[in-house]
Amino acid sequence: MNEAQLYGVCGAGLVGIGLYGAILGRSTLRRLLAFNLVGSGVFLIFGAIARRGGLAGGAQSDPVPQALVITGLVVAFAATALAVALLIRLATVAHEAASAAATPGSTDDPSTPATASQGRGERGPGHVGAGHS
Amino acid sequence: MPDVSLPDPHWADLPLGFALLVLALWLTWTQRDRAAVIGFTGYGLLVAIAWVRLGSMDVALTEAALGGGLMGLLLLTAAARLGEETDQPAPGLPARLSIALLCLGVTLVLAAVVLGLPSPAPNLVAPVASHQAVTELGNPVAAVLIAFRAVDTMLESVVLALAVIVLWSFGADRAWGARPRALHLGPPSPALVFLGRLLPPAGLIVGVHLFWTGADHPGGPFQGGAVLAAMAALLWLARLGEPPRVSDGLTRLGIVVGPLLFLLIGLAGAVIADAFLDYPEALTKPLILLIEAAKTLSVAVALALLVAGPPELPGPMPPRQSGRAAKGVTP
Repeated sequence: MNEAQLYGVCGAGLVGIGLYGAILGRSTLRRLLAFNLVGSGVFLIFGAIARRGGLAGGAQSDPVPQALVITGLVVAFAATALAVALLIRLATVAHEAASAAATPGSTDDPSTPATASQGRGERGPGHVGAGHS
Repeated sequence: MPDVSLPDPHWADLPLGFALLVLALWLTWTQRDRAAVIGFTGYGLLVAIAWVRLGSMDVALTEAALGGGLMGLLLLTAAARLGEETDQPAPGLPARLSIALLCLGVTLVLAAVVLGLPSPAPNLVAPVASHQAVTELGNPVAAVLIAFRAVDTMLESVVLALAVIVLWSFGADRAWGARPRALHLGPPSPALVFLGRLLPPAGLIVGVHLFWTGADHPGGPFQGGAVLAAMAALLWLARLGEPPRVSDGLTRLGIVVGPLLFLLIGLAGAVIADAFLDYPEALTKPLILLIEAAKTLSVAVALALLVAGPPELPGPMPPRQSGRAAKGVTP
């Protein structure tokens, strides 16, 4: 087995592990991490294909897939940064809603109670789940 | 030089591939989010070595700077602010088993595809090599990025600018015009402040060197920009400087100058050269340098701002407490 095949199979394994983690991750942050594992595995498979093509063409690696992977890495980073910002915003909104619900009457924003019940609804099963494990 | 016979690097492939898979399994199953994020940073560096073994130095540099460095910083600050939360009750064993089987199936199909690829591998090495001289670039990857697949690269730099706009829009309405504060994580430790003073001068040189050397050797605007962005983020993290306000005109110019210049030169190519994003033959190298310099700046600004997060009003960071507070009020 040459290195292209080895890292290609490794990339396939990473896609599988990442897919499992993205579906069943412990928290949203972990699912985001797992999603990046899937991306990393796909890039590695692409890299293995680039290596095969490069060796066949008399170079170390095919430059066209390399350029595409570089572009992909940057876009994957941007997408992860957006997802992280969404997670933090979600936690902030849930926190504001929870503190508004804890002190009833203190809010003058009509939209807050709706988000409060929603936020508590989301938190509820998590709390129970944490108790089980 | 002493004659030390190093072992064949092929021996590193099997342990490295194995380490990647074990690390991926560990960071999927480990208990604590923060440990998983730290593991992911190490994973990024290991993947960078795998890219070296695959002969792609340019990708290895990008992966080390972005996947290992900036991504680690981004996720660590996220883990610090979100706290340890378990928001997903684990489903029953049958569901988990069937999902594991599905994932195993995906892996097996992909592995079978990888092992069964056609044997004279199709490639574009020869076409790139034969046209590379026109661009006066010694690095074939740089030639593909800036000339042969220039439209991808231009769209990608537009995507970065759009990502910053979308990120800023995640801020609360009342915080508009404020500074991003995702990197404000309490008072910095003296070691971090020392690092923040020591590293940026060297990082600045490394970043600019990566951009400049990218014409002929591995490197380029993305790698250089990522290193520069990491230096800015380090300064902000050590509280030696503040991220600019989102209403700052100069910052906004920095974000768009790369894609804008790329687009304008590309449009000019439709008139003075043969096609959109075509460069006139006499001016190819200067135009490429101009685009790459502007792109390095824009990539650096955009990546640093993506790490810095949306605008926030000053105050204690609420989300970290939110996990416990929300759990506290939940019946």
